[in-house]
Amino acid sequence: MSRKSFRQAINEALRQEMRRDPRVILMGEDVAGGRGGTSGVKDAWGGVLGVTKGLLTEFGEDRVLDTPITEASYIGAAAGAAATGLRPVAELMFVDFIGCCLDQIMNQAAKFRYMFGGKARTPLVIRAMYGAGFNAAAQHSQALYPLFTHIPGLKVVVPSSPYEAKGLLIEAIRDDDPVIFLENKVMYDDEEDVPDEPYTIPFGEANLTREGDDVTIVAFGRMVNLANQAADRLEKDGISCTVIDPRTTSPLDTGTILDCVADTGRLVIVDESSPRCNLATDVAALVAEEAFDALKAPIRRVVPPHTPVPFATVLENLYMPSVEKIEAAVRSVAAYRVKEEA
Amino acid sequence: MSGTITPITMPKFGLAMTEGKLASWSLPVGKEVKAGDEIADIETSKITNGYESPAAGILRRQVAPEGEMLPVGALIGVLADADVSDAEIDAFIQNFNDNFSSGETEDKNSDATARKIVDVGDLKISVQESGNRETGSSVLLIHGFGGDVSNWMLTQSALASSHHVIAFDLPGHGESTKQVGDGTPTGFAKTVEDLIKALDLSEAHVVGHSLGGAIALELAKSAPNLVKSLILIAPAGLGQDINMNFINGFIDADRRKTLEPVLQYLVHDKSLISRQMVEGIIRYKRLDGVVSGLKTIASANFPDGKQAVSLRSVLETFDKPVQILWGEQDEILSTKDADGLPATIGVTRFPETGHMPQLEQAAAVNKKISQFIE
Repeated sequence: MSRKSFRQAINEALRQEMRRDPRVILMGEDVAGGRGGTSGVKDAWGGVLGVTKGLLTEFGEDRVLDTPITEASYIGAAAGAAATGLRPVAELMFVDFIGCCLDQIMNQAAKFRYMFGGKARTPLVIRAMYGAGFNAAAQHSQALYPLFTHIPGLKVVVPSSPYEAKGLLIEAIRDDDPVIFLENKVMYDDEEDVPDEPYTIPFGEANLTREGDDVTIVAFGRMVNLANQAADRLEKDGISCTVIDPRTTSPLDTGTILDCVADTGRLVIVDESSPRCNLATDVAALVAEEAFDALKAPIRRVVPPHTPVPFATVLENLYMPSVEKIEAAVRSVAAYRVKEEA
Repeated sequence: MSGTITPITMPKFGLAMTEGKLASWSLPVGKEVKAGDEIADIETSKITNGYESPAAGILRRQVAPEGEMLPVGALIGVLADADVSDAEIDAFIQNFNDNFSSGETEDKNSDATARKIVDVGDLKISVQESGNRETGSSVLLIHGFGGDVSNWMLTQSALASSHHVIAFDLPGHGESTKQVGDGTPTGFAKTVEDLIKALDLSEAHVVGHSLGGAIALELAKSAPNLVKSLILIAPAGLGQDINMNFINGFIDADRRKTLEPVLQYLVHDKSLISRQMVEGIIRYKRLDGVVSGLKTIASANFPDGKQAVSLRSVLETFDKPVQILWGEQDEILSTKDADGLPATIGVTRFPETGHMPQLEQAAAVNKKISQFIE
């Protein structure tokens, strides 16, 4: 066990799985690290934020492949390679680039197993960065996990910490279905104790980062940390919260969410993706449909406005869910009392 | 000042503990307590444990509210005699908090504690050493099935004040290599023997819990020269019965909901099984090789739902001191297994205690061990 950053945890997961299974390959723009540049230095960069650094040196050019800037071609090639026996981990860099290769994911990889009667396996992992808070502007800051969650046939992972990232990524690489693995770019330097050995965290099993009696908070990815901070503050005022990190948005651990709402009767959902048809609306609909009788207050969503992500820092900060916004939402549902019938 | 004021501080349950939550107060303000009375429940990242008063007096203040997380050494309450005024207590609290630094306790202990990986043949064994090997004899702690060094968190630091204490993770457990060999006590005892030699020890008092007790007995049989005395806590290997609901449940459980009821077999007071403890064990079970290793150990030791290994005969021939400690409400192994042993062997049974008396009756167990190895 040692302290590792989110970046190191992902790098270690890739390294350990590449050592374990020679079928695991990496491909993407600059994953080999500036190899195609004029400097001649190999493995200099390791991806745009240094996540894959060192892997080219250890595993060589046959297993760590820099690709041209054509997402349609290499994501398609990765899907084909997966269908024919390799286990590719393709890096899409910023998830905002999904527009260039959505057909390869949505109409091809996601549907192979279904359309070929279960005979085709597609052990493909697509890694991508998501999220605002990095001043990366509207084309590099979106949180598009709801888009993938919407597509049947894909598994979608949104890790909330270094420990979670390593275990979920190894699980993703060993999974025989296509998995979208989304890393919040603001979290790469977050640190915590992470086992040195390989381990897996199963999909579809939510993690309760804390348990309380008053309000259930469901939060995704980086929002889990903010929700825990808000819960810490609220506890000092006697409001105890359960915080649920679903880990995967597809499959979604609906059972744990419903159980917790049944216990607390109050629900706040924190989701940094655009508010229409996002995970917050999905979870709210689930609870309204399956646990309406348990609710003691209206469901509250802490989500951004329905706009592109602003570039200006002050506007980006205003756009994002925050500890203060979560705290206010929880206080409002905790204080809510059903009016007595006349 | 008119009388004695005693600070009650956040205790350090185990070497890794840096902070704890005051889960609940057991006594109201104004209640008179004796040394050893339980005054609060402290929740750590490993377990919730009762905190016994270090002194006698009246609980005059509960400085820490229930639910508050505090660093080790922080003031949580104040004991004082009746003749001490409220103003004096207020001044004491103010002075204590003004001078308290949360890093002090950790710094004081850090020199005495070392976690390291020791090569034992092809295995890498995670070892946690504490105390001074120059001034006290060595005590080796062997945990049981599915456990790790944290099983000794209330034992190791207590014994380390006067002895050199070594806890380690068995192969397949904790942070040690996950290869378990054939999974038998004989195989594990050979690893322990090699570990003792790798640590350059001539002999040690050996404390074994549950499966660790069977391993200790095997060690006493195969390398008696290395064993100065035996302390067996709820040991396996002395009878046939075993609760396979625990063994199989522990192997199969893969989430909090399924693991928590299994872990409750370990203790009489079920509230000791904290959420963090369950999460810690789930994290261990996720590591590659753990579940297959546990299955190997289970099939080697408990085939057909019975203990396969009988080591009672060891106790008839082992000519050094032996002591057995057992919880009367053990739901995994039967305390009756300690019946009918040679009269020279002391057997202590703790009431209202389950399979892990070193956690549920930590003070009493530590006292027994300390007196035994003096």
